[in-house]
Amino acid sequence: MTADFLSAAVNIAFNGLAFAMVLYLISVGLSVTMGLMGFVNLAHGVFAMAGGYLVTSLMKEQGVPFPLALIAAALVVAAVSIPIERLLYRRFYGGDELDQVLLTIGLAFMSVAGATYIWGPLQQPLQLPAWLSGPVDLGFRSFPAYRSFLILSGAGLVTALWLAVERTRFGARVRASVDNLRMAQSVGIDTSRLFMATFALGSGLAGFGGALGADLLAVNPGYALQNLIYFLIVVAVGGLGSIRGPFFAALLLGVADTASKYLVPEFGAFFIYALTLAVLLWRPRGLFGRA
Amino acid sequence: MPGPGAVGVFARRHRYHPLEAVPWLVAVAGYFAFPSYLPLGAQILATILFALSADLVLGYAGIVTLGQAAFFGAGAYTAGLLAAHGWGEPISGLLSGAAAAALIGLLSGLVILRTTGLTLLMLTLVVASMLYEAVNKASWLTGGDDGLQGMQVWPIFGWFRFDLFGRTAYCYCLIMLCLCWFATRRLVHSPFGRSLVGIRENILRMHAIGAPVARRRLVVYTISAALAGASGALIAQTTGFVGLTFLGLDRSGTVLIMLIIGGVGRLYGAFIGVPLYMIAQDRFSTIDPVYWYFWIGLLMVLLVVFARGGVLGLAERLQSRLGPRR
Repeated sequence: MTADFLSAAVNIAFNGLAFAMVLYLISVGLSVTMGLMGFVNLAHGVFAMAGGYLVTSLMKEQGVPFPLALIAAALVVAAVSIPIERLLYRRFYGGDELDQVLLTIGLAFMSVAGATYIWGPLQQPLQLPAWLSGPVDLGFRSFPAYRSFLILSGAGLVTALWLAVERTRFGARVRASVDNLRMAQSVGIDTSRLFMATFALGSGLAGFGGALGADLLAVNPGYALQNLIYFLIVVAVGGLGSIRGPFFAALLLGVADTASKYLVPEFGAFFIYALTLAVLLWRPRGLFGRA
Repeated sequence: MPGPGAVGVFARRHRYHPLEAVPWLVAVAGYFAFPSYLPLGAQILATILFALSADLVLGYAGIVTLGQAAFFGAGAYTAGLLAAHGWGEPISGLLSGAAAAALIGLLSGLVILRTTGLTLLMLTLVVASMLYEAVNKASWLTGGDDGLQGMQVWPIFGWFRFDLFGRTAYCYCLIMLCLCWFATRRLVHSPFGRSLVGIRENILRMHAIGAPVARRRLVVYTISAALAGASGALIAQTTGFVGLTFLGLDRSGTVLIMLIIGGVGRLYGAFIGVPLYMIAQDRFSTIDPVYWYFWIGLLMVLLVVFARGGVLGLAERLQSRLGPRR
């Protein structure tokens, strides 16, 4: 009984952590866009979807190794996001929320049709290399290699991101602009370029997260709209503009989602939504949001 | 006698303008001109009511929502379940649908309206998704994925049977839409409606002059939910079917699109946007259902970038450019 319980708890924690990593990598860019530029980007999931499609096609058609394909997907998504930001998004920063919602929902709709046109309506499976498809034995028990890799590389990237935000000049500029945009501008920070760089970084991370999690969040044309609610929950529960808040929100969501699917599958995602409502009833600005 | 200038404009703005009769004349003419399209016409009329409910909450109260389908679906399922379990009387079914949706709107509004911006948007989506999951999982009651089967809708007043050609459905929807439109028009021109516009334009100032902002937002959210519920009930009763798509994000998204095409916050945007969208969909989406979304998405982007205000916004700009200067 206790052994069963323990094994179930370890399973939930492990799979929940893997899911949380993917959710965080995808959503952190959305949180920054929201906090820094005041822009509601409902098409953010499109970047993650693009990452997923890029990695599956690179591996299947070009035979690129998985780690290399991941990095390539992130870089391509980041590069493509720059013209979108410059030409389309920039003029709506800090503007009317309805315009932003309509613009980005429109883009998400276009992505559904676009992905169907290029890759067809079916789900694209991620063909894992041999070294990731088996289990890894850690002595006391074994874990699936793919999810272990996912957790480790996610943790490495998150550490790098947090160090970059805390320790580099770029990170200091971002934090200053989130705290007080006008003051940041008046001390000579070029916020327009900063916006572009953070947007590209956030999109690249989303692309990486989507590519890394291509086996967890199925890569199909409806991706951006199907998973939108998860990304929004992570950002809103974490607190807008926060870098760390979404991590804990993603952890909470990842573990709660895995646990509810494991323990009470007959209720589906119902508990997740109820939990979200409860958390935001308690703290309307999210767990780490500022007043 | 209201004089010229600003006073006159304010005194006249709630009066009926001859142009306001146009949608109703078109609707009545449509009944005689296109007898074979009446089922589609009835759907358009019911959807106009849905878009009107979105206009009230979005255009007047300034609450951006992605969860309007929750109320639409709640009304539809309430009316549908009643009709499938032995109570097919349409008028009381419609009222029950509206009441159920209003109750959900009131309860969810208590939580949702405490937040702002992206969080509010997310919570509207969460409420709709929650309802979607509940209906999906309670398949013993709702039919789940397959939709609700076996609705028996009785004749209206025991006399007007729902016929195959959609004549009764069309007239039923038209009369209900007209009643709801009349009530909504009264509402937005009342002091209550003006205070909503005040809240939309400057919430801090409305707080400062002592308007009960939170209560007004909750009331309008509930009324809008009731209208959406009535619209869902109308569609359920006239088509005899309710499914999970009634609660989906697509439904919440497309109602916004229809409203934007017509123009937000004008009360008549729904009357222009919905027919344009639905007639175009009827023509084109049968050829190319997936790529329909591509063109709709592109249209939205173009509307936001170049034509804010939709068709009515364009008409206003054209009028102010051509018309005499006042």
